[in-house]
Parts: sequence; C-alpha cells; structure tokens
Amino acid sequence: MAFEDQRTTVYKVDPEHPESESLPTLRTEELLLNMGPQHPSTHGVLKVILELEGERLVKSTPVLGFLHRGVEKLAEDGTYHQFIPHTDRLDYVCAMYNNFAYCRAVEKLLNLQVPERAEYLRTIVAEVQRIIGHQFWLGTQALDIGAMTVFFYCFRDREILLDWFDELCGARLTTSWYRIGGVERDFTPSLLDKLKKFLDYFPPKIDEYIIFLETNRIWVARTKGVAVISAEDAVSFGLSGPTLRGSGVDYDLRKYEPYSAYPKCEFSVPVGKNGDTYDRYWIRVMELYESVKIIRQCLEQMQEGPIMADVPSVTLPPKERVFTNLESMIQQFKLFSQGFNAPAGEIYCGTEAHKGELGFHIVSTGGGKPYRLKIRAPSFIHMGAFDYMSRGYMIADAITLFGTYDIVMGECDR
Amino acid sequence: MHQLAQRVQDTFPVGFVSSTEWRGDVSVTVTREKVHEVAQFLHDDPGMDFDYIVHVSSVDWPDDEERFEVVWEFYSIRKRQRIRLKARVPEPDCIVDSLTDIWKGADFMEREVYDMMGIRFRNHPDLRRILMPDDYTEGYPLRKDFPLRGKGWRDTFDFLDEVPR
Repeated sequence: MAFEDQRTTVYKVDPEHPESESLPTLRTEELLLNMGPQHPSTHGVLKVILELEGERLVKSTPVLGFLHRGVEKLAEDGTYHQFIPHTDRLDYVCAMYNNFAYCRAVEKLLNLQVPERAEYLRTIVAEVQRIIGHQFWLGTQALDIGAMTVFFYCFRDREILLDWFDELCGARLTTSWYRIGGVERDFTPSLLDKLKKFLDYFPPKIDEYIIFLETNRIWVARTKGVAVISAEDAVSFGLSGPTLRGSGVDYDLRKYEPYSAYPKCEFSVPVGKNGDTYDRYWIRVMELYESVKIIRQCLEQMQEGPIMADVPSVTLPPKERVFTNLESMIQQFKLFSQGFNAPAGEIYCGTEAHKGELGFHIVSTGGGKPYRLKIRAPSFIHMGAFDYMSRGYMIADAITLFGTYDIVMGECDR
Repeated sequence: MHQLAQRVQDTFPVGFVSSTEWRGDVSVTVTREKVHEVAQFLHDDPGMDFDYIVHVSSVDWPDDEERFEVVWEFYSIRKRQRIRLKARVPEPDCIVDSLTDIWKGADFMEREVYDMMGIRFRNHPDLRRILMPDDYTEGYPLRKDFPLRGKGWRDTFDFLDEVPR
C-alpha cells in the first residue's frame, strides 16, 4: 500500500474481499482523547475532547470556562471607571487594546469627544500593543509547532516595548492607561525618544523573524494548507481580525468604521488568499510593518494639546490638581465612588484589536453603573469554528489551530 | 425611522414591534415568533445582506411582563451597515428560534446566552452549558435575581485549611 493511501484512508478489512476469511479481523474504534486543560500549547486552560480515527480528527469539542470569572456580572456591580482594570484581565497579553475598546464604547454611550492629542496618543499606544501582540503570537505559535529560535528573538524585542509600557504607566501587562475621555498621562521626552529609537531598530528585526520561519521547511509544511477556511464560512462563523482576513475578506474596522487617529494615517490592510495558517501568519507579519508606519505618521502629525476631555461631570481631573486642589480631589473621589450619570440607552461599539473585533454592548438605564455589559470576545467566537476547521486534519494540527486563532483564555472565558 | 427599520416594518407588518435609532445604532424589535423569518430576510435580501453575525446577547428586565430580551447584532461586510435585532421572551416559556442554520457562528453565542441567562433556543444542535460547569445547579448567573457572590455552591467545596507538610 502506498504511503499516501495510509495517510488518507482508514485501514479496514473489506468483508466482501474473497480472502476476507483468511485475513485477521481488525478491530477499529474511535479513540476519545482529552487534550488539556493542562497542555502547554493551549495557552491557558482550554480542554478539547478529540474524537480520533487513527490520527485523523473526526470531531473536536472545545470545553471552555476554566477561566470564567464572571466579568460581565462584575461590570454590573461597579461604576464605569471601575471596570477599566477588569478589561486588562480579559486579554491579558494585550491589555491596552481592551482598555481602548472599552473606553471607546463608554464614550459612544456618553457621546463624548476626545481631544485630538489624546486620539493620537491612543492610536500610538494601541499600535505598540498590536506589535506586542503579534510578536507574542509569532513566538509562541512557532514554539508550539516546534520552531524555537524565533520565540527568543520575538520575546527579546517584546521586552523593549514592555519596559516602555512600564515607564509609561507603571505596569508591563495590566496597564489601565486609557481613561474615559482621554488617557492617563502624556508621553515624556524620554518615552518619545525610546519609541523613535525602537521604530528605527524594529523593521530589520521583522525581516529576521521572516527568515527564521520561512527558511524552516518543517514550519512551512506545518502551516501551508493547514486549517483552511473559505471566506464564506469564515464570515458565517463571525471570525474577525487576521483569522478572517487570511481568507480574503478585507474586514478591518480601522478602515470600515474609522476611529481615533486612524483616518488621518495612511496604511494598508494585508489580505490573504488561501485562508490557511500560513496566510494568517503572513498578515500578522505585514501588520507589524503597517503598525510601524502608523506610529511614525502619528508621531509626525501629533500636536501639543490637552490629553483629557474637559467634561467635569464625567472625566477625571489631572493628577497634579488632585493632590493640590480640594475641588479636584472631591471630583475624583465622587467619580470613582459614585460614577457619572450615563444616559439611558443601548450601544454596541466594536474595535479592531489585534486578535479581531473586540466589542462592548452596553445597556444603560441611567445612573453610574451599566445595567448590562456584554463583551464580544474574538477568542470565544474563534473557538466556535474550531470543530469545523479541525475536521480531517492530523492530531498535531490541532496545535496549529490553537496557534492560528491567537486565543487567550482570559478573553475567551471572561 | 431609519430606512433599514422601515424595510423590516414594510416586509413584516405583523411581527414588527418597534424600532429605535440612538447614537447611530439602528435597532429593531420584533415578536419572537417572527425572529427566524426576519433573520432569514436580513441575511438573504440583497438590500440587507447581513452576512456577518457580530454577537448574541441577552438582557434581563425582571419587572417587565416579558422578562428577557435577546439581542442579535448583525453586520453587512459588503454594504457596511449594522443592525440590531431584538425580541422579548417571557419567563415561563423562555424559548426562541435558533439562528444556527443561517449563521454558523450563532452556535457558541447562543450557548453562552443559554448558559448565562437560561434562554433556550429551538432547533439548536447542541444546547449545553458552555462557560459554567455541566453539573452547575445554581441557575443562571447573569439574571438580575442572582446574587453577585453566588448562591453558596462554592462554600460546599472541600478545602484544606492548611497545606500539610
């Protein structure tokens, strides 16, 4: 029997075969395999029950919820400002973008205009976060399927940006730097300097990542043509971000519903053709270049100005005034303990995070707390397509699939 | 009235309940018997063309006669428009048609709504809890009458007071 045949068909004794009497009877049965919740490639605590026929995946059932913390319920108990640190813990490798998406949603609810400089600061930091997210993805995805070198190089460069975040807001991962109506603090000259240096340093490093991966035959063989999904199916499943764009749909909210400083920047949205893991990798790498471009343009265009909208009933006073001025302190205290009075209504606001569309659906009945807050987490919705996309692939490709979605269980389970 | 909502009203004069437009979001409320038909129309009609399901959510209004509200959000990638579809469900018979046959992604989203709010979906292929454990018996956590700290199930767990050395 040819090697190829063995790979694609399950060996079964044909009962009609003239020699079937003399052949040994082979017992075939499907094997149930629990993968996770303690498996290094699942990036957290995800369990998938795999039904196997030989080494082929027949059906896979994701079992979610190991990291469920009831974030949506907690949101109903706190004020709008108090929920910002909770959003850090959704997608804990990319906290800035969660803060951004949440603050945008609340601003839409309040109909609040953010000053121009704050919009630029937000865009710059969001794109830095996108670089961090893609570096993290590139490193761990390659590591999961056996390419170790690129992991160290990605994390080396990611460390520079995490230190930059540390200097910006005092935390590497759980940042809480965005505020409703603006941002917490402005860039210092040292931060600007470091960022500019990084922008010169980084693009040659992306070329390096590409060389590491694309000259690796094993890595290419394990990503090309693996986990293919057609554009129609991807749209029907509600996939978003690079996972959808890999299938050739140019759905990117930064272009479709421009927000913040994105409409003032020139950048392109890379779109794949084949809808396989390799195309999604290629999109993420190209987005690294685009992010560098966006940050450069923002730094050029950015003018001096306020970094927080001046609506005392909603936005926080500047920190230096809180420590020196009694009224500002009272304002800060009241905003955090009672919150502001949001108008009654219902909004949905989606933001293009690096994983996909991160949306917040907020129902308000007035008062300081949201009545209902629903998080549209891209990781959760991507897991919905896992069974469909995994069918027929080898068991080792399940790992590629976890990687290709860029799932983070904090966001998936909420 | 927004033209999208107007078209839904013209096509479904019986099922249409109300529509709002606030902060640029168009939202249409229909009766729950018509949800599947309206959704099919939103998906198939060339003028609507809502091929992308954004999310399925639910809201609990304990004081209302029809207690629960199921919220679907759709997006049209080709037409770049957004619509929100809502339907009310009463508590004694909280069941609504599943949209999994129109949008495949509705599968997990509806399971989450069932898990969190206890609303069942007719013709759903695999309606089980998704985020909470399968043997969870305290009810549905996002209902307004569910206390924030839970109903005491966690207190029944066995914990070691001290790690034995």
